[in-house]
Amino acid sequence: MTDHGSPEAGAGAGSSPAPVRPDAPVRPDAPARPDAAARSEAASPDAGAAVAEAHRREWAFVLAATARVVRDLDIAEECVQDAYVAALDAWSRRGVPDNPAAWLTTAARRKALDTLRRDKTLRAKLPLLVEPEPEPEPEPEPRPAGAGQDDVIGDDRLRLVFTCCHPALAREAQVALTLRLVCGLTTAEIAGAFLVPEATMAARVTRAKKKISAARIAYRVPAAPELPDRLDAVLTVIHLLYTTGHTAPGGADLVRDDLADRAIGLARMVLELMPDEREIRGLLALLLLTHARRPARLDAAGRLLLLAEQDRTRWDQAAIAEGTGLVISALRGGRPGRFALQAAIAAVHAEAPSYDATDWRQLLGLYDELLKAWPSPVVALNRAVVLAMVAGPAAGLAQIAELEAQDNRLAGYRYLPAAKADLLRREGRDQEAAQAYQAALELADNDAERAFLTARLAALGVPGDP
Amino acid sequence: MAKYLVLIYEDESAYIDPTPQVWQEAMEAHGRFAKQVAEKGGEILGGDALQPTATATSIRGDIVTDGPFAETKEALGGYYMIEARDLDHALDIAKLCPAPYGGVEVRPVMDTSGG
Repeated sequence: MTDHGSPEAGAGAGSSPAPVRPDAPVRPDAPARPDAAARSEAASPDAGAAVAEAHRREWAFVLAATARVVRDLDIAEECVQDAYVAALDAWSRRGVPDNPAAWLTTAARRKALDTLRRDKTLRAKLPLLVEPEPEPEPEPEPRPAGAGQDDVIGDDRLRLVFTCCHPALAREAQVALTLRLVCGLTTAEIAGAFLVPEATMAARVTRAKKKISAARIAYRVPAAPELPDRLDAVLTVIHLLYTTGHTAPGGADLVRDDLADRAIGLARMVLELMPDEREIRGLLALLLLTHARRPARLDAAGRLLLLAEQDRTRWDQAAIAEGTGLVISALRGGRPGRFALQAAIAAVHAEAPSYDATDWRQLLGLYDELLKAWPSPVVALNRAVVLAMVAGPAAGLAQIAELEAQDNRLAGYRYLPAAKADLLRREGRDQEAAQAYQAALELADNDAERAFLTARLAALGVPGDP
Repeated sequence: MAKYLVLIYEDESAYIDPTPQVWQEAMEAHGRFAKQVAEKGGEILGGDALQPTATATSIRGDIVTDGPFAETKEALGGYYMIEARDLDHALDIAKLCPAPYGGVEVRPVMDTSGG
């Protein structure tokens, strides 16, 4: 590589060995955003855009490849941040390299190896990331530009994802680590998305990283026998990110597009790395088909609209087409998993010309399958709602009553009273419907849902508590 | 002679990022303890410092969860010290450990050789 922007440039006699500025600050919890370095006077707009783009697209690749060599997540993270800062400066002066990811990886690894050499005592005390086959590899194979599907380095991203979503970490820690290490979000951004104080989120991330090294959670892709369970944890984390983005956990925003987009990006990345896993296809399909309805979910006043009320012409047809294509291949070749089945359900809705023209019988069949693959009380509740569409509200209500009697896990689930209220309303049992809407209101935790339930309650015209 | 297990319970926060002095004092105190045990005519058969509870993983049945074993009615009833390649290997083994009336907690042992 003779190009202007290679980190190798300048490694010749007497010059600085790496483009990383020696004075580049090492801040343990510095923002991961390259634009933190926008103060650099030499920054050109092109370089700034290229660095931002590389941050969005290549963060996981660069961090995963660096972590495998230095075998310490904190040092890897700091050095990758520094590499992005250095890139802004170097790319402004010498142009954007052909392969930004390889440039950044080389710079980050150099910096990391320097750090480790400088601080040998630190290294002696650090419990290192455990790797099955020790194969320190100081120089990365530059990834051919535009490729990256099936080279070895691609696997590093999978190692990172599976490590972040290890079952010995609490779910909330898995989510936080995935956003921080795989997506490169700052602690402040993650804290904002989950509405917790930044200090709480920082402690959560620190504790999880410490557990990875102290308890020796291996930095690897799980072996075939454990893969289904471990992959399910990864997909669950991505799905949770999406639903958090789609329905904000509280406050005024119903949709947080950035988080939802991150989740879809992650699903795409994992599918690219494991193209044969049907459940990943199912998850990506589910996210796309859900996302397709996003433009129609709220009315002009920000009021939440039910599926029945949405203007289907506003659904994103490109997302529906992609999602539907993925569903078909996710369902083929053996018993489908829960994400593929949920995606199939979303596809039936997406293809229905109107709410009334929805194929409820097909949906009921899919819910029966889903309940077998994933015996969850929430699925059972959704199935009851579909049953009401096929066999009438009374049948749905009877099913819900049965569920309540046999499974107390639904107590406190906010869609239970909402579903009941709707069926009672359709049965003309207004007084009971009003009580159920009241119960749903007490459990609702964002303004759009609260407004929806209040409007429904008012429409019943039942006098009650103000 | 009979065998006894001496369990150490302390406020973990005292050892989070310990200063070299705190660390040094702890090491010396345990060194003194070892001598005193011999003077008293006893013998130390083994012992280790554990990593903090934040690094623990618990198993009930087949369910793996983050964190220490949440004791309700259960009491510490025994222990095994095992050697394993990594946490997955250790959890694999720990799942086989009989604890039908409760569960097990897997806690990494601290490597104090460098300190």
